[in-house]
Amino acid sequence: MSDLKAIASQIRRDIVRMVHGAASGHPGGSLGCTEYFTALYFKVMKHDPNFHMDGKNEDIFFLSNGHISPVFYSALARAGYFDIKELATFRKINSRLQGHPTTHEHLPGIRVASGSLGQGMSVAIGAALSKKLNNDKNIVYSLHGDGELDEGQNWEAIMFAAAKKVDNLISTVDWNGQQIDGTTKSVMDLMNIHAKFDAFGWTTLEMNGNDMDEVIATLDKAKGLTGQGKPIAIMMHTIMGKGVDFMENDHHWHGVAPNDEQLKKALAQLPETLGDY
Amino acid sequence: MLKDIQVTGQKDTRSGFGDGIAEAARKNPNIVALTADLAGSMKLQTFIKEFPERFVQCGIAEANMIGIAAGLTIGGHIPYTTTFANFSTGRVYDQIRQSVAYSGKNVKICASHAGVTLGEDGATHQILEDIGLMKMLPGMTVIVPCDYAQTKAATMAIADYQGPVYLRFGRPVWPIFTTAMPFEIGKAQVLSEGSDVSIFACGHLVWKAIEAGRILEEKGISVEVINLHTIKPLDTAAILKSVQKTRCAVTAEEHNIIGGLGDAVAQTVAKNFPTPIEYVGTKDTFGESGTPEELLKKYGLDTPDIVAAAEKVIARKNK
Repeated sequence: MSDLKAIASQIRRDIVRMVHGAASGHPGGSLGCTEYFTALYFKVMKHDPNFHMDGKNEDIFFLSNGHISPVFYSALARAGYFDIKELATFRKINSRLQGHPTTHEHLPGIRVASGSLGQGMSVAIGAALSKKLNNDKNIVYSLHGDGELDEGQNWEAIMFAAAKKVDNLISTVDWNGQQIDGTTKSVMDLMNIHAKFDAFGWTTLEMNGNDMDEVIATLDKAKGLTGQGKPIAIMMHTIMGKGVDFMENDHHWHGVAPNDEQLKKALAQLPETLGDY
Repeated sequence: MLKDIQVTGQKDTRSGFGDGIAEAARKNPNIVALTADLAGSMKLQTFIKEFPERFVQCGIAEANMIGIAAGLTIGGHIPYTTTFANFSTGRVYDQIRQSVAYSGKNVKICASHAGVTLGEDGATHQILEDIGLMKMLPGMTVIVPCDYAQTKAATMAIADYQGPVYLRFGRPVWPIFTTAMPFEIGKAQVLSEGSDVSIFACGHLVWKAIEAGRILEEKGISVEVINLHTIKPLDTAAILKSVQKTRCAVTAEEHNIIGGLGDAVAQTVAKNFPTPIEYVGTKDTFGESGTPEELLKKYGLDTPDIVAAAEKVIARKNK
């Protein structure tokens, strides 16, 4: 567990440095989801950094809220999908690390483009159906923003997954309560989002997404609930900007890069554990 | 000669799709069919009966259907999405753009009830902009077959063709005349050789072009009718070979003249061998309710319209 926390600290450094280096990007949601990505790629998922698009006989992951690409890229690089040096190219010309994740430049670890919101759960369902047709017992994971649930396509997918018993899918919602224009409550109140998933026919869990032990325990529990005729949802409470005190709980940091002074202040709070890129 | 083209039957092109996907699925176990509550209209009955486990009913949720199709490709499946052309394209444009085209997914978007020949349902369902929408997407192949036999052949051919495809067909019963002709994606079919005017057509209007060509031949005009069933990638060599001989062209399509086959031909001709072109297609308008034949006539897509366009373009050439 201490190893995982050390990895998370390094990923947070990567996130802040990448966004600073590009002078653009989305640090808030990335920092909030760091424990989730660390748990998935370093503990929970069976996956092969020697990347194969088809993902046969391994667990696969889809990021629907593509704007938190910094945490995705850092987790992939730190897990061995590509050289960590490449993180320095984030959002720059001729890079495989586009602002939002894409397959177009063949970055290992990415299986579909995302960024235009609300599409990832449908794709994850398709991949889950593909696994069933292939008699592949591994699991499909997906991550979604809470604000992203404003998009109607999610609800088509949520209805489908329950109706068609897509029970090899674990979809997590990053419930940080923030979106670009303000709190989710003020922009488009999600109301009782847990009850909505329940009502649509999912098995719904909740966890503190910034507590590594709880993230792992809940993902393990979710894995144990697969194969029982229902898709699994996890309502993941996180703090946007977690780990950098001045970014926490402030939607201003959804999509703004730190300046030089802010970078220094942020890095002072995040121990370098695995070596910076 | 156009008079030698034999009509071997009458059927809707969507039935060619239904028979084609069933036949393709017998050969290729990776083919999966999806629909958004239109399995009957899309003629999927045979496929569903033979391959129930490879059929995905999505309900009336086209955006989700496109995303699921993109996901199904991961793991090696070849998904065919099926619904009307309007709901296959405009309704789900961003889903196709991001999850399919930009992501390079091997999804086959199969669209029936395209154009005004959908008939009585009216303009809400008669999309006339879909060829333009789809051909603008980088990496998208766009195929508009002309009859039952060609739709069946194209439906089977796209299974072995890597990459996203838009396959457009329709509802009305239509003459079958390509049964004996080989079909190859991206390869134009010269239906008759001629020297006075080239007529480039796709979809239902290929038959109308043949009818128009016969009338023109009776008037002593030598007509080259070319079936450009693949709008993208376009067979530019066939287009140029023809216009270098005839030095004028008519394009005919059941689509807005903005953004369709005519645009594609004009770009090729203007760049390589400028010649006069006349366009048969809808003139930046929506359709309306009516019978297919009434609508083709009212919107200027009928045989006499192609004849008039040919005579006009020949006159322009000779000025």
